[in-house]
Amino acid sequence: MTKFTTLLGASAALALVAGAALAEPAIIFDLGGKFDKSFNESANAGATRWAEETGETFAEFELTAEAQREQAIRRFAEQGKSPIIMVGFMSATPLNEIAPDYPDTKFVIVDAVVDQPNVRSVVFNEHEGSYLVGMLAAMASQTGTVGFVGGMDIPLIRKFGCGYAQGVMAANPDATVIANFTGTTPAAWNDPAKGSELTLAQIGQGADVVYAAAGGTGVGVLQTAADENILSIGVDSNQNYLHPGQVLTSMVKHVDNAVYEAMKAGEAVETGTQVMGVANEGVGYALDDNNASLITPEMKAAVDEAAAKIASGEIEVHDYSADESCPAIQF
Amino acid sequence: MERMPRWADVLLVPLISLILAAAISAIVILAIGENPWNALKIMVTGALGSSYAWGYTLYYATNFIFTGLAVALANHARLFNIGGDGQATVGGLGVALIALYLPWPHWTLALLAAIVASAAFGAAWAAIPAYLQAKRGSHIVITTIMFNYIAYALLTYLLTGPMKPSGTMETATAPFPEGTHIPSFRDLFSHGETILFRGTPANVTFFVAVLACVLVWMLIWKTRLGYEIRAFGFSEGAARYAGIGSTKIIVVTMLLSGALAGLMAINNTLGEAERLILNAVEGAGFIGIAVALMGRSHPLGVFLAAVLFGFLYQGGAELSLSTSIPREMVVVIQALVIMFTGALDNMVRMPVERLFANRRARGTPVAPLAGPTAERAPDRAAPPSTPTTAE
Repeated sequence: MTKFTTLLGASAALALVAGAALAEPAIIFDLGGKFDKSFNESANAGATRWAEETGETFAEFELTAEAQREQAIRRFAEQGKSPIIMVGFMSATPLNEIAPDYPDTKFVIVDAVVDQPNVRSVVFNEHEGSYLVGMLAAMASQTGTVGFVGGMDIPLIRKFGCGYAQGVMAANPDATVIANFTGTTPAAWNDPAKGSELTLAQIGQGADVVYAAAGGTGVGVLQTAADENILSIGVDSNQNYLHPGQVLTSMVKHVDNAVYEAMKAGEAVETGTQVMGVANEGVGYALDDNNASLITPEMKAAVDEAAAKIASGEIEVHDYSADESCPAIQF
Repeated sequence: MERMPRWADVLLVPLISLILAAAISAIVILAIGENPWNALKIMVTGALGSSYAWGYTLYYATNFIFTGLAVALANHARLFNIGGDGQATVGGLGVALIALYLPWPHWTLALLAAIVASAAFGAAWAAIPAYLQAKRGSHIVITTIMFNYIAYALLTYLLTGPMKPSGTMETATAPFPEGTHIPSFRDLFSHGETILFRGTPANVTFFVAVLACVLVWMLIWKTRLGYEIRAFGFSEGAARYAGIGSTKIIVVTMLLSGALAGLMAINNTLGEAERLILNAVEGAGFIGIAVALMGRSHPLGVFLAAVLFGFLYQGGAELSLSTSIPREMVVVIQALVIMFTGALDNMVRMPVERLFANRRARGTPVAPLAGPTAERAPDRAAPPSTPTTAE
């Protein structure tokens, strides 16, 4: 018993010493792991970019169990790390409970809103970016049928799908959108074979453009689309390079920028909710040498006009998570 | 015929297996340029060195005790219940339903209700595979594993729709009300200024798990039903000849096994998260198979193996928190332990048996500790029944 108390006392003293020194930032990756080819990887890219530019270091942890969320947040806070960045909406409830215990530590959460004075919440308007790629899909489609392959059927992915369907309908009101989800377990985020099967099934139903919002599963979707000579749309990071000339575009979600900016600001990071949308280039569609031949000037003009209207508020893309319904598609 | 003394069977063989697994892990850690001795120290202090560490180790162990007992009990009837994951998932649903929709004045009542609900839901999920095995001969391995996926799909549907509070992204139910909050180890053991188990998830469910170990032991070795289950497991034909109904044994064993797996949900749902989250079970049903194999289907063995796996989980987390050893490496270490203690059991067992046989042949008296003779089943990897005097 005495030993326990000594240990606790020692770690408390350590925490005080560490707190006095210049704080090091820390990042907690969600269960997918930092090489998930999706938003964790994007977050990692942002953190790495910051470290390379400044020559500083950051602490990191990849979650492997739900119970570790609280463990990792508390551990980093007690080590005096600040800001502590976590990606993933499932950390919202634990953070909401823990943040008041460490009032001098700054926290950043990506993809969820936590209303505490020392927390910055970064959320993305994925529905706006998906709307833009949906318009491109409808304009590129010959058959008038386009597909959507989601990872797990969770509200966040429905938000992607709903924005996409609205964009499709805006460009071609007669179009058909087929939506499928890969699975019901977290394995759905990393199942390229299933993604490939779903793509083939959607091609069978006439789809000639398929949008993958499914993490690592999307690799299989893009591969099959390329093999079958139809177009695909990547997600989160710019995936146009995976199959040059066969990936129509990618819906980019700049998690990397959010992480980079938070680390750059350091302990002075501004708290409150930060919405990253089309207006502040938090989301958008990717245009580079790999897909330049696929996007005609008319398509670019139409989608840029829509982007400007979304930014100005003239077009309001319905957010599925606001009322859990979608005017353009039934899930 | 006895080949080696009891203590060698229960302690020596697993210990040698563990040392082998640790040695290979050390080589792998060396290969990625880290110090294995340092890694071991971090794992041991991080998982066993403070009340904080124990708070996590015992939390994980509680999960594995329940799922390990579920697999162990079914093993005694030669039924391979691979559906612990699904049964625990549905058990969690039972806990969430009573916690959310009924008012509870005190946690003791809520805990009792959660025990009943999680066990009932877990048992219900095992009932259909049990019926299909007993009446239609559909293999229990196939049906229980398919039922896992049905359980995941059911929970996904409920947590993205009907049971999710609107306006949140999280795939989880609303937090449970105050009256259902069962005490954590911190609440139980802290006194005055000394706060123990700070911030850790271990909770009173651990004692439910220990109680379950005792009850399963009594069931298997002290009751008529337990005798029938073991007889059925040794030889279905002989059991039937002796008047033991196979339908009854299959169904009752599977219901009890499902109930045990379902009970696990109390720990992670009522105890830790205080809400039902989509990913609550996290494959603990499958870890239960390894735990039961390693514990040789005996409740005491299951308890010790579950603590070992709790150690590996918590020690692994500490390893990734304090070194640059990636989390995949931690999975490799866990897998090595499972492989050596479960799958490669005979690799160690047979040389040890031979060693003892040789010593006996030379007339050297061995081990006064030897227990009563145990007739072994032909399948060594998972003996359905191994009476033990270890208590």
